[in-house]
Amino acid sequence: MGSATPASDDWSAARVVLGEAEIARALTRIAHEILERNKGGDDVLLLGIPTRGVPLAHRLAARLVEVEPTLDVRRVVGSLDITMYRDDLHHHPTRSIGTTEIPGTIDGKVVVLVDDVLFSGRTIRAALDAISDLGRPRAVQLAALVDRGHRELPIRADFVGKNLPTSQSERVRVLLREQDDRDAVLIEGDDA
Amino acid sequence: MRHLLSAGDLTRDEAVLILDTAAQMAATQSREMKKLPTLRGRTVVNLFFEDSTRTRISFETAAKRLSADVINFSAKGSSVSKGESLKDTALTLQAMGADAVVIRHQASGAPHTLAAAGWTSGAVINAGDGTHQHPTQALLDAFTVRRHLVGTDATGRGLDGLHVAIVGDVLHSRVARSNVQLLTTLGARVTLVAPPTLVPVGVSAWPCEVSYHLDEVVRDGKPDALMMLRVQRERMSSAGGGFFPSPLEYTRGYGLDATRLAALPEHAIVMHPGPMNRGLEISADAADSPRAVIVEQVANGVAVRMAVLYLLLAGEQTNEKVGQ
Repeated sequence: MGSATPASDDWSAARVVLGEAEIARALTRIAHEILERNKGGDDVLLLGIPTRGVPLAHRLAARLVEVEPTLDVRRVVGSLDITMYRDDLHHHPTRSIGTTEIPGTIDGKVVVLVDDVLFSGRTIRAALDAISDLGRPRAVQLAALVDRGHRELPIRADFVGKNLPTSQSERVRVLLREQDDRDAVLIEGDDA
Repeated sequence: MRHLLSAGDLTRDEAVLILDTAAQMAATQSREMKKLPTLRGRTVVNLFFEDSTRTRISFETAAKRLSADVINFSAKGSSVSKGESLKDTALTLQAMGADAVVIRHQASGAPHTLAAAGWTSGAVINAGDGTHQHPTQALLDAFTVRRHLVGTDATGRGLDGLHVAIVGDVLHSRVARSNVQLLTTLGARVTLVAPPTLVPVGVSAWPCEVSYHLDEVVRDGKPDALMMLRVQRERMSSAGGGFFPSPLEYTRGYGLDATRLAALPEHAIVMHPGPMNRGLEISADAADSPRAVIVEQVANGVAVRMAVLYLLLAGEQTNEKVGQ
């Protein structure tokens, strides 16, 4: 979400860095990595961060279930809204609050946070605070479709779709079919 | 939206946003950890010139659940009883750094004066002024109606097509005034039911129907929600205005008893802003029936007030006094 709020909605000059096929491949790889790292999907709980982390988490969940049919798709995926934990609330107009939906409990689970763009890391810091108010997971991991660098906090992703070297002034935007008209990752630079 | 002074100021979009936010707040209140860090470092002053337990506690709970600091200031035993003016009280609170002032006052219009006079830079929230407005009560009523009658996936929706009857002392009721405005803004149809002596002058200009007969409204109007207003016993004496001859006569005509409860449509809910006079405007049968959502209204009040505080305080402060 780090750069998901562009100053303008004009993305005509933007460059496509990931297309539909690449996004699908990246998600499939991440799904396998999650299962491999956690030796199966029994305790895994994918929590998507609104707005675009939520459809990504659902797509990952569908892939986990494809690999391990014993998993119940409704038990492995949820959403985690972090609006009320942000550290920049006072610097923006009031944001509307998204939905937090946790299937069952997060105690003892391996929570995998899912977001579209990893940028400053502040969203993830807020998510960690939100999680600790909800319970005590055994571990928290992080999956991001795009890691664009420029971290402002000691946070790193466990699973990354694509590392995208960017400059601070560039803007990165993820489009997903569930909310937009197509699947794509766009980048708009100052020299574009 | 910078202040919340009147339910009539809210557009439909604003009202729906408050209800949607309240729904998210309500979801956090079923967790084991109910406190959110959202308003850390903000100060909310409860400025109560009139006795109120439940509204003050509700605002206090809401502010604390959002981690704001709460200062309670009640007129009794304070400098106000020594003759301090509203202006000087407000300037004092401003000097203490109040980000929001929740005000209840016996004079209609006091919150508006406080918001408009520039004595305080904080957000002003009307918690009931005279016989004028009580917007957060109307919001929690609308929230309760939406929860029960619009369905679980009510996000973004109003109260279109629903019929709400408000019964009792409309004349003295700020709850009725706020509800008529808010419920119609949200698309509901409102019928006021009261004895002719307790209907305000000029009610024909309100966006609602008026009836003097509760039985007719229950039988023919098929209300989806029945909101009983508190009636003060002292209103019957000639000193109190002589608005009705005796409590028993009021109960016969306008009280909700088991017979009228049974005549309501099956899905209809019974509401009351509290505190109830059991046996006067509502019988124990009705108050304790499973269709009464009166206790739930109290819980929803906290969620709605959290939403109002969040929407007024969490974002960037668009201070109108910038440059002064």
